Order: sequence, then structure tokens, then C-alpha cells
Amino acid sequence: MTKFAAGSRVRARAADPDGHTRLPRYARGHAGEVIEVRASWQLPDEAVRGVARTEPVYAVRFTAAELWGSGSHSVILDLWESYLEEAP
Amino acid sequence: MSGEHDELPVAARVRRLEERLIAAGLATDAELDDILERVFTSASPVNGARMVARAWKDAGYRDRLLTDGNAAAAELGFGAGARGYLLTAVENTSAVHNMIVCTLCSCYPTALLGPSPSWYKSFAYRSRAVREPRAVLAEFGLELPDTTEIRVWDANSETRYLVLPLRAEGADEMDESDLAALVTRNGLIGTAVR
Repeated sequence: MTKFAAGSRVRARAADPDGHTRLPRYARGHAGEVIEVRASWQLPDEAVRGVARTEPVYAVRFTAAELWGSGSHSVILDLWESYLEEAP
Repeated sequence: MSGEHDELPVAARVRRLEERLIAAGLATDAELDDILERVFTSASPVNGARMVARAWKDAGYRDRLLTDGNAAAAELGFGAGARGYLLTAVENTSAVHNMIVCTLCSCYPTALLGPSPSWYKSFAYRSRAVREPRAVLAEFGLELPDTTEIRVWDANSETRYLVLPLRAEGADEMDESDLAALVTRNGLIGTAVR
């Protein structure tokens, strides 16, 4: 079972990790909606240290208004489960 | 490669990197040559254009492309090139326009779109595509109506995107190879209508 599903409201973690990550800075701390469960892939933050840890990855849609405070477009990012927390 | 490339600082850097990889036993000269050969001889936007043309002509193929991009690529003989990532096709409609970017580096389905253009790797495109896509598209000469919803797909993970452009008018009367000739690399990225 995956922690989130299509329709889940999630928030990208705001913390700035020490090492490598594939969570872009512009999305950190912002809320979005899961549109699809992509697959399970190795977490890059750990893989870069030689540790194979597989996690579900979600396609998450963020509105421009949420990310930038203005704009009508949306941005879709693939985010590993540990990049996300619930956003009730 | 042309002679001028040998003079660029980046060429010297790449050569040193290759030498280190080979010295460390991580790759051989033959393996590197094999990869480059494949990239430069078979990777082309003509491949993505053929997939688009097939989707415009064949509703069944269109559905398969939107459901499982890798299988749809394999159906036309591009399976090997599109291996190692999840290929996702995103369809433009009269209401929605899609464009792709990789804000963290320059991820892109090379086998189907050809080697990426330098602007795709530029800081300007990578930062502005997610912030002000409408202005970026206008600079490419693509003025979209205000009512068109823009979706920007950031390829930050193992997903690679291909835009399925709006079906060309008169597609029913044209054959697939003529339709494929209408589709450009920028159309497959989403910075042109097709």
C-alpha cells in the first residue's frame, strides 16, 4: 500500500537536506495534489550514498498561485514519498 | 564531431573524465563509443514525430500511447532507445497546453526527441518555464489564448515526457509520413504548436 493516492492533498517538506536530493527548492513547503502514483524507484538522496532504498513516487500537481503567489498555470513534479507529508 | 569542438574547454574536460572512468575500470572506450554511436545515429525527433503521426491516425494507438508510453514506443521499434525511464505522453487539446522542462538538470527522452537543444539546458529556460511559461512560449512565437490552461511537467525523476501536439487539420486526408513531417522537436517539447 502506498501512503498517498490520486486526490491526496500533500505538502513538500520544507527542510533543506544536507546532501543530494531531487526535491526542487521551488516546491519546498508548498501544497499540491497527487494526480497519479507513478511507480516505486530508488530514493536518489540515499542512492547517491550507495544505499538502495525504494519508495513510491507520486506525480504531484502544484498551482502557480501556490508556488509563486500568482499565475494561472500548474506545475507537475514527481516526488518520492519521504519528500511529502499530509496536507489536510 | 567537428574539429571546432576539440578546441572547447568542455571537450578537454570530457576527455579527462573519460580517461578517469576508463582508468578506474568503470567503463571501456568501446562501451563509450557504442553509447555515443547509438545517440548520434538513432536518437532523433523523427522518432517522436512518427509516434505522434500514428496517434493522430489511429485512435487505438493514441490510447495506448497515453496509457503506456514505453509500450507505444516499442510498437514502432523505439523500445530500446526509450529504456530506463517511464515514458509519459501528455496530450494537448483546445483547452490544455503541455510543455516539458527539467529544472534540476536537462532530463529529456533523447531517443525520441533527438539531442536536446542548448536552450533546453539553459538556466533561463529551466527557471522561467515553471515561473512564467506563457511569457516563455510567447518568445518562441507561440501565443496561447488566455483561456488555455498551461501544464508544465518538470522531469525531476525517472519520468520522461513527450508532448502529443494538437492534431493537424486535414489529418484524415494525409498519410502518416506527411503528418510526421509536420511535427518538430519543439512541438514534442511543447514550445511550438507542433
